[in-house]
Amino acid sequence: MINLAPHISVKNLNVYIGDAHILKNISIDIPDKKVTSFIGPSGCGKTTLLKTFNRLLDRQNDVRIEGQVLVDGEDLYGKDTEVTHIRKKMGLLSQRPFPLPMSIYDNIAYGPRIHGIKNKKKLNELVEHHLRSTALWDEVKDRLHSPATRLSIGQQQRLCLARGLAVEPEIILGDEPTSALDPVSTQRIEELFLQLKDKYTLVLVTHILRQARRVSDYIAFIYMGEIIEFGLTEELLLNPKEQLTKDYIKGFIS
Amino acid sequence: MNKRKIEETFFKGLMHAATIVIVGSLFLILWTVVSKGFHAFNWDMVSKVPEGGFYIGKGGGILNAIIGSVYITVGSALLGLVISIPVVLYLNVYSKKGSRFASATRLAFDVLFGIPSIVYGAFGFTIMVFFGLKTSLLAGIITVTLLIIPILVRAMDEVVRVIPFELSDAAYSLGATRWETAKVLLRQSVPGIITALLLSFGRAIGDAACVLFTAGYTDNIPTSLHQPTATLPLAIFFQLSSPIPEVQERAYAAALILTVIVLIISIAAKYFSKKFSKNKI
Amino acid sequence: MNIRIVKDKAVKNIFLLLTVSSVLLVVLIFIGLYYKSVPILHSTSLSHLLFSSEWKPSKAQFGFAAFIAGTLWVTLIAIVIALPLSLLCAIYLSQYAPRRLTRFLNPLIDLLSGIPPVVYGVWGVLVVVPFIQEHVAPHFVEYSSGYSVLAGGVVLAIMIFPLIINILGEVFANVPKELSEASLSIGATQWQTIKYVLLKKSRPGIVAAVVLAISRAFGETIAVLMVCGNIPESPHSVFDSCYPLPALIANNYGEMMSVPLYDSALMFAALILFVIIFLFNAGSRIILNRLERRMN
Repeated sequence: MINLAPHISVKNLNVYIGDAHILKNISIDIPDKKVTSFIGPSGCGKTTLLKTFNRLLDRQNDVRIEGQVLVDGEDLYGKDTEVTHIRKKMGLLSQRPFPLPMSIYDNIAYGPRIHGIKNKKKLNELVEHHLRSTALWDEVKDRLHSPATRLSIGQQQRLCLARGLAVEPEIILGDEPTSALDPVSTQRIEELFLQLKDKYTLVLVTHILRQARRVSDYIAFIYMGEIIEFGLTEELLLNPKEQLTKDYIKGFIS
Repeated sequence: MNKRKIEETFFKGLMHAATIVIVGSLFLILWTVVSKGFHAFNWDMVSKVPEGGFYIGKGGGILNAIIGSVYITVGSALLGLVISIPVVLYLNVYSKKGSRFASATRLAFDVLFGIPSIVYGAFGFTIMVFFGLKTSLLAGIITVTLLIIPILVRAMDEVVRVIPFELSDAAYSLGATRWETAKVLLRQSVPGIITALLLSFGRAIGDAACVLFTAGYTDNIPTSLHQPTATLPLAIFFQLSSPIPEVQERAYAAALILTVIVLIISIAAKYFSKKFSKNKI
Repeated sequence: MNIRIVKDKAVKNIFLLLTVSSVLLVVLIFIGLYYKSVPILHSTSLSHLLFSSEWKPSKAQFGFAAFIAGTLWVTLIAIVIALPLSLLCAIYLSQYAPRRLTRFLNPLIDLLSGIPPVVYGVWGVLVVVPFIQEHVAPHFVEYSSGYSVLAGGVVLAIMIFPLIINILGEVFANVPKELSEASLSIGATQWQTIKYVLLKKSRPGIVAAVVLAISRAFGETIAVLMVCGNIPESPHSVFDSCYPLPALIANNYGEMMSVPLYDSALMFAALILFVIIFLFNAGSRIILNRLERRMN
């Protein structure tokens, strides 16, 4: 069905939280340098699936994960897998922006510093570059050293995106990244996504069908912990093969 | 292995060490008290009051102190409940959610909770002088009550506060008055009240500084509220400062008795709070 | 009028009265202790009381400097020992330890706070004091009885472990987990996340916990009294004996009515304790309440 080289490849993934079987035998190949969206009613497991990609899920208690998630062919859940360098490959945008408790500048510089860049000049360049690529530079260049929490919520979300980009990831994960934003900020984030897909693989979780349609190349419809259907955006939305997908798109299931 | 990994491993090692030191200190204390106390323990300790020459190492026990401590603990806990239950109900039923008065009151109890028992003792003493009271069971009970009211209020407030709004709404919508609603909430929080009570028992029975000023010390079991009374912590304290080894030994045994009582109370409190969290609606 | 309504009103007023009067206890304690301190404040200037170390009750010389120094020393040692250990332990319990282990350890730490002060004192006399006398002090000073600032500090440190650990646990739990996730998703290690995000975000809470611990250490009486030696001189090293304020009050209550002004002096000591502890407690509780509210 999808012939492109997969960037993330999920094989027979099962996730249990306590006694609940949250994800059931998920297999999916996320194509490289495309935007893939997970849609589905709330509680269907789409956010859980996203969180298995950067292994933030296993920080939770009582979680059991079976199966494989391969990123560039490397098994995330392998015994000797080093998590931090895989997380570095993926930027995360959460539902609400969470700027770190430091200045705008330090938020961006945090990642590069952690990964060993100490050179002031290099850091300055990085900060400027990534603030420009998220269209924040002109808005914040005069107050780089004021706390990031003073930004508006839309600016904060772009800052979080820039923060993620600064560690040069290959993949960007978005967990309903616009759900807390106003329409104008939402539009800017969506525009950024479209620009970014030349260089990055994007995976978004969204419950807004029209957003999925606007930004994504591929859509996976998830229901009750299973992938019901996965395909090209237009195909899936206009010609769904499964009855469940049809019902969801028409708004019968929510 | 890179530098970041080494740093993380190093600090994780420190964390393990710190946790072992902290938990280890508990076991070290318990082991010391048990091994020293067990050796010195005999049944006379808990069944007899001091006999002649007790304080130079002759026969008798500390039944007077055990009974005295029980009197003070039970008396002050009951008196404390009579005062603190209305306070908790007032905060949760009669005052509006998030009212300034309620939050100021809660802050005041947080502060009172932090006031050391020696200050309560000194204050209790000034009250005694003011009213012309002598050191007595009554004065001890009143002072310890002041000490435990903040404990009771905070512990019960924590429980009553998380009772879902819907419960009181349900009562109100049946036409209940606030007092009738309060009674419903009270029934709902009985296990919480028991936990709070046990917490205050533990604190009251172990406290020495409060009763030092107010309860006095005697070899007899008090028969009225106006007589002075011995207490376990002071029995330990006084006997330990004796130069006679036999008397010091008794202090170890008394410390064992007190520790066992407190442990039983703590474990009972844990049991009740667990049980309660299971029945939480 | 309906009897139920009347009853409701009556109950409300009784409850309000009890609430207000128990809150007023704070004020009452202050007034009571101040009232008893008035005589000494009239006979001796405040600065003399606080900064002179002349302590001769029979000659009506009351200088608290040595006792204040003793309190500060013991408290300082206790915090220096307890803070790093409790901080590491709280981080471990909230960030690294598997759930099953925390379920086992938390009740044990609570037990530590349940042990009565006098039992800590007995343990201090049996274990800490001889250990310092025989194994620690000889490396540093010619002679120490073991009844010392250090012994008081060690015993106090163990007594305040549970307090600091519990408050820090709450403070850490109030830091949104998304914040840590943001840092982790950039590829920071768990420890880097703790260092740069968790601890930074928790700084006011950590300060509040320390202040609460200090005020707890200030007021602890019996346990410290039993191990610190009680010599009314300012200590010169941690192996010297000292005489903290609460110990002073507790040790001399018996004879305070027989020496003129003595009772007033001791009540003044209690007043100092009360005022300091009141301010510290109120301050840190306000910080903690704010933190909690901001997170919800």
